[in-house]
Amino acid sequence: MAEPQRARPKPTPETQHFWDGTKAGELRLQRCDACAHVYFPPRPFCPSCASRKVSVFKASGKGFLYSYVINHRPAAPGFTPPYAIAVVELDEGPRMMSNIIDCPQTPEALELDMKLEVAFEALDDKITLPVFRPAKG
Amino acid sequence: MRRNQVAVVGAAETTELGIIPNMSQLQLHADAALNAIADAGLKLSDIDGFATAVETPQQVCHYLGIKPTWVDGTSVGGCSFMLHVRHAAAAIEAGLCKTELITHAESGKSMIGKLPRSTPADSLNGQFEAPYGVYGPPSMFPIPVLRFMKTYGITHEQLASVAVVQREWAAKNPRAMMKDPITVADVLNSRMIAYPFRLLQCCLVTDGGGALILTSADRARDFPRKPVYIMGTGESVETPMVSQMETFNSSRAFKTAGPLAFKEAGIAHKDVDHLMIYDAFAHLPLFGLGDLGFMPHEETGQFIADGNTRPGGKLPLNTNGGGLSYMHSGMYGMYALQESVRQMRGIAPAQVPNAKISVCHGVGGMFAASGTIVFTNER
Repeated sequence: MAEPQRARPKPTPETQHFWDGTKAGELRLQRCDACAHVYFPPRPFCPSCASRKVSVFKASGKGFLYSYVINHRPAAPGFTPPYAIAVVELDEGPRMMSNIIDCPQTPEALELDMKLEVAFEALDDKITLPVFRPAKG
Repeated sequence: MRRNQVAVVGAAETTELGIIPNMSQLQLHADAALNAIADAGLKLSDIDGFATAVETPQQVCHYLGIKPTWVDGTSVGGCSFMLHVRHAAAAIEAGLCKTELITHAESGKSMIGKLPRSTPADSLNGQFEAPYGVYGPPSMFPIPVLRFMKTYGITHEQLASVAVVQREWAAKNPRAMMKDPITVADVLNSRMIAYPFRLLQCCLVTDGGGALILTSADRARDFPRKPVYIMGTGESVETPMVSQMETFNSSRAFKTAGPLAFKEAGIAHKDVDHLMIYDAFAHLPLFGLGDLGFMPHEETGQFIADGNTRPGGKLPLNTNGGGLSYMHSGMYGMYALQESVRQMRGIAPAQVPNAKISVCHGVGGMFAASGTIVFTNER
């Protein structure tokens, strides 16, 4: 029997550019052409001013650790506890949920406000997830 | 909405609470509804307005044999029933119905006839949260806690004291699931669930239900029970994704719904005799005390640790024992409302002497939604 797998995202027409981006090694956000608001998750209009004139751009991939839990039980399929479920605040402003890699999953190692940078984890040939690791230097 | 124009005239929980292996979720709805009907001295045929959440109104109405002319299926999580009360008050005042029944039931533990909950892979939650290992409320609801603690200087011991104090209230409630006293050390040594939260800081998982019946305040005088008036109401929603809250330092939905209810009721915080804040997890009373304006968030942890909310304290909070110790079927809001009604009727097992105003504040999802009801027993 196959190992249980982690939940796989299924893109929609509104989010396809994001998942195309992660596959190409880019974290893509959207910016409103009218009011310059940067937002996430993806949608083809600005949630701040309702303009439909919005652009996709490559984000810096830099941010900091806003908050997290270290999940012990119950564990999601495909995860070995304990593992951190984090929320990262990107330098461009939006926040996103993610996992923190290359870092012990402990309260001591996971310091709030620590600087992070994006990394990419291919789940299969269609979906690559953005995750974060402690920033170098 | 004008204050005190609508009243609760029937209120009851299911005959049993806790583990109910001999009843489906739908029958739990009916059990609670029939108990509330009896409490109000009504017949099912007197009901012309109906509201419920998760189960559809048509499902429960058909099962009970109710033929409503006003239906509300608002389903925004555990505070749906606060929103139902608000909508019922508006509908009754507008003349859309005369007597409304609100039911909640959940076979949360025994899982008999419980509707499956799923997160589609192409939903926003399915794309941007589920892949990171969230798995049920314990892995999601506490995500804001560490930021909240850092911003306001809240300690682990203060967050543990929430569970300790509520257990003191539960000890006074014969129907509470967990009644044995606990200490801060017990909480901090209980099994880790999702750091920073341990088992005793997470809600119970139980079976049960509850129902309310509302009618106009003018008609309410003719009912057998002491009427409990709807003095003020508020509601809001924010986001179904906890990661997308505006901030982890407060809840926008709380900060919208709570003040709306206070303003409508025309009350100040010092007027509140009794308070319920939906406690799916131990941080919610802290968010609630701050977001509803009782005190700055910085002071909420110490306020509870100092015993101000325990039996005999100056602000009795979650007097049934809360979701942490009384019961939590999955959508706890109905049980908070039931306790507020009991306190206003003067019949609660841990009755607050001479309580005249009760505030009942609910959360839905992971800070996704909120509803606040101010009750009073004086018109």
